[in-house]
Amino acid sequence: MSAADSASGFRIVAREDYSDVTYMLEVAHPQMARAARPGQFVIVMDQEHGERIPLTIADFDRERGTVTLVIQAVGKTTREMQATLKAGDSLYAMVGPMGIPSHIGAAKKVVCVGGGLGVAPVYPQARAYKESGAYVIGVIGFRNQSLMFWRDKFAAVCDELIICTDDGSAGIKGLVTEGIAQAIARHPDIDEVVAIGPPVMMRGCAEATRPHGIKTMVSLNPVMVDGTGMCGGCRVKVGEQVKFACVDGPDFDGHQVDFADLMSRLVRYRRAETDALVRWQEGCRIREGDTAALKQAVLGAAAGPASKT
Amino acid sequence: MATAKKKTIRSIPQERTPMPEQPPLVRARNFEEVARGYRLEDAQREAERCLQCPDEPCVRGCPVGIDIPGFIKKITEGHYAGAYAVITDTNLLPSVCGRVCPQENQCEGVCTVGEPDTRLEPVAIGRLERFVGDMAIAEGWENRPYIERTGFRVGVVGAGPAGMACAADMAKAGCEVVVYDALHTPGGVLKYGIPDFRLPNTVIDAEIRKLERLGVRFECNTLVGRLFTIEQMLTEMGFDAVFIGTGAGYPSFMGIPGESLNGVLSANELLTRCNLMRARDFPNFDTPLQPGKHVAVIGAGNTAMDALRVSLRLGAESVRCVYRRSRAEAPARVEELHHAEEEGVDFHWLTSPVEILGGADNAVRALRCVRMELGEPDASGRRRPVVVPGSEFEFETDMVVFAIGTNANPILGQTAKLKLDARGYIATDENLATSMLGVWAGGDIVTGAATVIQAMGAGRRAARAMKAYLGLRDSQNALEPAEDGSLFGIPRAEHGYARLHLAN
Repeated sequence: MSAADSASGFRIVAREDYSDVTYMLEVAHPQMARAARPGQFVIVMDQEHGERIPLTIADFDRERGTVTLVIQAVGKTTREMQATLKAGDSLYAMVGPMGIPSHIGAAKKVVCVGGGLGVAPVYPQARAYKESGAYVIGVIGFRNQSLMFWRDKFAAVCDELIICTDDGSAGIKGLVTEGIAQAIARHPDIDEVVAIGPPVMMRGCAEATRPHGIKTMVSLNPVMVDGTGMCGGCRVKVGEQVKFACVDGPDFDGHQVDFADLMSRLVRYRRAETDALVRWQEGCRIREGDTAALKQAVLGAAAGPASKT
Repeated sequence: MATAKKKTIRSIPQERTPMPEQPPLVRARNFEEVARGYRLEDAQREAERCLQCPDEPCVRGCPVGIDIPGFIKKITEGHYAGAYAVITDTNLLPSVCGRVCPQENQCEGVCTVGEPDTRLEPVAIGRLERFVGDMAIAEGWENRPYIERTGFRVGVVGAGPAGMACAADMAKAGCEVVVYDALHTPGGVLKYGIPDFRLPNTVIDAEIRKLERLGVRFECNTLVGRLFTIEQMLTEMGFDAVFIGTGAGYPSFMGIPGESLNGVLSANELLTRCNLMRARDFPNFDTPLQPGKHVAVIGAGNTAMDALRVSLRLGAESVRCVYRRSRAEAPARVEELHHAEEEGVDFHWLTSPVEILGGADNAVRALRCVRMELGEPDASGRRRPVVVPGSEFEFETDMVVFAIGTNANPILGQTAKLKLDARGYIATDENLATSMLGVWAGGDIVTGAATVIQAMGAGRRAARAMKAYLGLRDSQNALEPAEDGSLFGIPRAEHGYARLHLAN
């Protein structure tokens, strides 16, 4: 076996699209399915020239020998993956499980909060807490009903489920912080809140629980390259310390995380990323344009005489 | 062969044969190799400079003990494949080591020709080694030993120089060797750290293929500790011995204000993006890198030199090196410093950063520094830099790169019950055995940041200990008499006697 062969790929066994921008890939990797714990992530490369992107493990199935990734098409790589990958294809590289697994402690009552795409990675934690015997309150939030996914899957591991949408098209109208407020109002004895989603949402959750002194864990997904502590690109400020999310995290105490710092560092490569996306989309349009022009030429020729009728 | 006339220090070519190089201002804008390598006539001439002295200080100066006079003699005889065979008896990666070893502190540093009273430069051993290695790659030579399978399985964690060296030795000893690496391609620091203009990827890949032909299997995309643990390797995965060569990783920052501004990064991140992920070919490769126009690199070691020279090649208009001591204390190899100076790096010696200033979009705008002067020697023996009061000044920059060293990578400490030292590195005994039976460790994860050849030396040292542990014959352990001349405890006087028991 050569070095190149060892990266010959990780087979996608299933794909499902949850919305125009959100899709799920189930990837065969029995060893990783056995090793994965809630809160851990993988780094994938879709192709040899690709970039290494970190994705939180949304689910793992030890019997099927698969790990599940839920991906939002935002940049060039994630859109290219959305446009090209289907069941039976392979990812060029996938390494993990990375990061320190979430600590599933002795909490008796927990709130698991997922915002948008964050619903996927918080699911394994909700399930683990349920299995540990805790009373699990799920709070999941989406912009609107059409973006909602995993509602039933989530409901199955929760004792209570609060759905929030920005426009009220499902569940209560409002942000997940509204859901947290309701949960806290109903349950004065919440031991822990786990919140995963966009940084601004996690900051909101941390602020919602701070006055109540409820421990709040968040999962950070900053820009990283290797994911093994080597590049330091993923450094985040937690309290007075600088931590590397890849090996010291990705879970941190939400009350200690400097979210402003995190958000400014997330856009470090925004200009290059935008360039890449625009260039890629132009490439797609040119290719599409070519096919359309070709189609028209072929159809036009065939339909030429008949078009008179 | 005709008896060669005995060489003397005055009969050999006096001048060290220069290395053909790309002109500085041309190479500073491309990623092609700076040093083009000796041509045949260069190598012949330089090989003639070796006195073949009986003392052989160079062999003792080499961390892996290459028979240096032996291979140079083969060059002078025109027997290049023979030279390759001599080198690869002890070093499987001559093309790599010939390029990146700090020979001036090793073999060349103790070369008889270069002794102070000769007023000559030492034999260019590294350049000759590279010449032989490159010729072997070009000609497809291989030194493939006869390997007798032992049935033992050896796992190696980390496909960098330490792991590669250990894997080579264990494969030659007949073990089935699997090398795991977390990245998507083997090579470790040779790939992600050392830029192409110093060590082309094609050379590394050629050396890796040689290991594969010895039977070594590389499994990339495998994060040992998290996908499976060291303990699992020894139990359910059936490895008889494990070597850990994961490197130091975990880059240091200074802790000055402004370090999380956009445009501040570790040299590791800059080099990994540029070298391994090929961000320099963005957008043909997807990994982005916002290249700086005015770059400041903090530190003056070899990694700093790489970061400086990479920045030039990425198109920076100005590249500054900021170091708190003076040129004499800079840890980089003299050759690397010299190359960086030639290429137009602006060195700010005795300068220490105190704050990184930000502008719009949280991007770096300027670096504020203080001037230093050298005071009394510190624990390292180097004069301690002290701040010159009132010397604060700033200059404009849009990218600040920290190349001030690394800390221990925490992953194996988090996941295995290995004893660590006070700084978090893996604790070993003098044979590089860890606290766990059957597990050895070597390279930067034991010593902290060091050189490629030191890591390779450690990999080989661990391999020797592993062979002893597994009960394998070690050709390195030549049967040598003890100091008193006894062999197997039998006095020298008895050697050669065979007691005859004559039948009556």
